[in-house]
Amino acid sequence: MTTATHRDLDDMLGTRWRRPPMVKRQWLRWTLAIGFLAYLVAAFASVEVNWLRVWEGLDRGGAFVAAFASPDFTSRSADIWSGILESIVMTVAASVVGILISIPIALGAARNIAPLPVYMVCRSIIAISRALQEIIVAILLVAIFGFGPLAGFLTLSFASIGFLSKLLAEDIESMDRSQAEAVRATGSKWAQWVDYGVIPQVLPRLFGLSIYRVDINFRESAILGLVGAGGIGATLNTAFDRYEYDTAAAILLIIIGIVMALEYISGVVRARVQ
Amino acid sequence: MAVFETDAGPIWRKRTTGQSMVRWFCWLIGVAVFLWCWLRISDATTWFFVWDAPEIAADILGRATPPRWSYIDRLWWPIWDTINIATLGTIAALFMAVPVAFMAARNTTPSVAFMRPIALLIIVATRSINSLIWALLLIAIIGPGVFAGIVAIAIRSIGFCAKLLYEAIEEIDNTQVEAIMATGASRWQVMAYGIVPQIAPAFAGISVFRWDINIRESTVLGLVGAGGIGLQLQGSLNTLAWPQVSLILLVILVAVVFSEWVSAKVRGAII
Repeated sequence: MTTATHRDLDDMLGTRWRRPPMVKRQWLRWTLAIGFLAYLVAAFASVEVNWLRVWEGLDRGGAFVAAFASPDFTSRSADIWSGILESIVMTVAASVVGILISIPIALGAARNIAPLPVYMVCRSIIAISRALQEIIVAILLVAIFGFGPLAGFLTLSFASIGFLSKLLAEDIESMDRSQAEAVRATGSKWAQWVDYGVIPQVLPRLFGLSIYRVDINFRESAILGLVGAGGIGATLNTAFDRYEYDTAAAILLIIIGIVMALEYISGVVRARVQ
Repeated sequence: MAVFETDAGPIWRKRTTGQSMVRWFCWLIGVAVFLWCWLRISDATTWFFVWDAPEIAADILGRATPPRWSYIDRLWWPIWDTINIATLGTIAALFMAVPVAFMAARNTTPSVAFMRPIALLIIVATRSINSLIWALLLIAIIGPGVFAGIVAIAIRSIGFCAKLLYEAIEEIDNTQVEAIMATGASRWQVMAYGIVPQIAPAFAGISVFRWDINIRESTVLGLVGAGGIGLQLQGSLNTLAWPQVSLILLVILVAVVFSEWVSAKVRGAII
């Protein structure tokens, strides 16, 4: 090993230093680069852009950007507030239900707690929930349960389960075994063992994840209305369709404001519990 | 933690009486808020439709199976469009995210008072609005099609990439930067030889991670008219062609699982 490095150094003496490449093998580097270039050429060639249409649309783009400077909160205020309220209601209810269901599933999906059959079942629930996007689930649930916030609530709960259970299960799997064993050594029952040995270790992470998920749920609830699953999305869609950019800008500003507030709260909470 | 003196000797409890009272009160408020939210959802729901939901679900499932496999011939082009939207969108986003990330990171920003807040505002604004909403907006501006999808994905990804990247920049090892500075390097040379090599692995990881998410998102962008396979999904849903819908959903599922697998492999190779 040492002789090899000396040889390398000797070879390098007197030559110009070059940056070490990211991909070590030369043939792989070239194949990747050429393949990527070929793909880019093919992709650009196949994307049709109607530049005339784009050029004509720039005025409207400018109008929209200008609308952000003078958002119109008042003329559609009743629609906006009922939409926002519905979004918030869906977010809160779905987050609560999602968290409640995801805790037992997370316990089941942690290999160091659950037996193999339970583990497999819980892991497949998580996989299904994560693979289906919110909007597709919403379309199906609207078809089944009809229009309205119930479909949105169910969609968000379903999506929360996959997200929270997966991350929480990973946290449980990497927990400190000795603490859990100490509780078990006192002769505790299984439920007591989980309550005193496992839950306290993952509670800070659960808090952080839950608030993060509330944040995501709110953002997602803003688009569920596009497919009729309740929330602010329907109002937003209508505003775009009617080219009422000032109303749309007002809605977007409200969404951004709430997301920022949630992010701030989540930062504070995570700093306090950790 | 508290120890209570009782006739039978001291008893250990997790919390004092005051603490548990406060906790119960918080729980009470929480439950009340949840019940109120549930009541509002319930009021807005037509329960008649909910009661026969199992039948409807069974009916839809019956119509959707078996998938219409021959329809796949007409899906290859939309699939290619979807991949293009995700990939080109990610590339465009990375081009825009890099300068934003350098402006947002405390150790590289040109001015903490002026540029950094602007960069952080760009990050929050682009991140908090879903790509479907961006697509909706861009369709109104530049017309429906693949291009609107690419731009929507690009804008939406700026915040995500820039946030992760600027956190990586803030965590770099400063001694290496100082070593380059000590050789008399200019500002840009410090950037190229001191900072960029340190964040390159993080950059590659972030771009692949975001590409994976973008494949997911671009499959549904067509629902609002921004090109890709979602357009076919919307068309099939509108004509109630459930066998086609189930085939498209299967294709989307395969695409999502495949992109997740690729991204996990590449990130595994980098780290």
